Amino acid sequence: MSTSDTVLRLASSPAVLELRSPRTVESEEATGHGEGGPAPKRIVVGYGFWIFLLSDIVMFSAFFATYAVLSGATAGGPTAAQLFDIRNVQIETACLLLSSFCCGIASLAVEQRYHRLTQVALFATGLLGLAFLTLEVHEFQGLIAQGAGPSRSAFLSSFFALVGCHGAHVTAGLLWLGTMMAQFYAKGFRADICRRYFCFSLFWHALDIIWVAIFTVVYLIGVRT
Amino acid sequence: MNDTAAHAAHDGTGDLAPGQQGESPKSFGAGLGSYIIGLALAVGLTLASFWAAQTNLIYAPGVSVALVALGIAQMGIHLVFFLHITTAPDNTNNALALAFGILIVFFIVVGSLFIMGHMNHMSVPMGQQMDMQP
Repeated sequence: MSTSDTVLRLASSPAVLELRSPRTVESEEATGHGEGGPAPKRIVVGYGFWIFLLSDIVMFSAFFATYAVLSGATAGGPTAAQLFDIRNVQIETACLLLSSFCCGIASLAVEQRYHRLTQVALFATGLLGLAFLTLEVHEFQGLIAQGAGPSRSAFLSSFFALVGCHGAHVTAGLLWLGTMMAQFYAKGFRADICRRYFCFSLFWHALDIIWVAIFTVVYLIGVRT
Repeated sequence: MNDTAAHAAHDGTGDLAPGQQGESPKSFGAGLGSYIIGLALAVGLTLASFWAAQTNLIYAPGVSVALVALGIAQMGIHLVFFLHITTAPDNTNNALALAFGILIVFFIVVGSLFIMGHMNHMSVPMGQQMDMQP
């Protein structure tokens, strides 16, 4: 134990470092190499959550593939062009995009430890997210009321599965957002709370990316064909 | 965190988490710039998408291709300006994971469309299938 300590101290003493080329020193001190040790927790947590998000996107791609294959299978029922209201989709898109932007403002406020701005930006994020969700639920109710529910045709089943899955993610995100506001309020900018928040911000931005794919593939291309 | 690890995290040899803008927190204004540029570009591309879907100026069969291209561009904007995924050395792990994700998404979506499209093309139409049954 004491021998290895001495070796470590020798290796990191300035006199020894000077003998090596700068390149070697850098690679041996980098995270995950030599004395660099594991990466900081902020990076490990963020990277792990990034892997989860990518697998979530892969899951969404299966729903997208299902929709793309079945979008013509209307079984004599209404088609996309007859059902979708582009105006409504435009407002939904604006809500979600602005919500993502407010979430970015909140991330900056958390990094600077601005208490008031964090809460205000998160509240705006949540409000815009809620507006999006309300519009979507309203759209679903309208569709079901006119007999175009998920059981009408394969096209509508895949539509409700894909858009509903996104809506479920937004709902979960809103619950998470409320939790984060409460935790920032009660516990302040503790390191673990901040890490949790940065995972939430990744989640929220990723949901906006998936919505871009939905309004392009489902609504805009659907209404054209 | 011992001091060598702290040192590595700040001298450019460390990695960045996805969503992290820089090694040390920048000022509020410096960070805001990225989000404002991202928002402006995203709004522009969204408006372009909705315009392309409703206009008659574009050759009709080409509209879907234009919409897909605009959609992919906007996803790229979100990744760079909101999620701060770059190709810099401190982002190698994030970018590689993303590249693998895109590969799988491509296989699932294009593969499904390709196989199901061919199957519909090759299979006997519904009406004739009924006639063939005893």
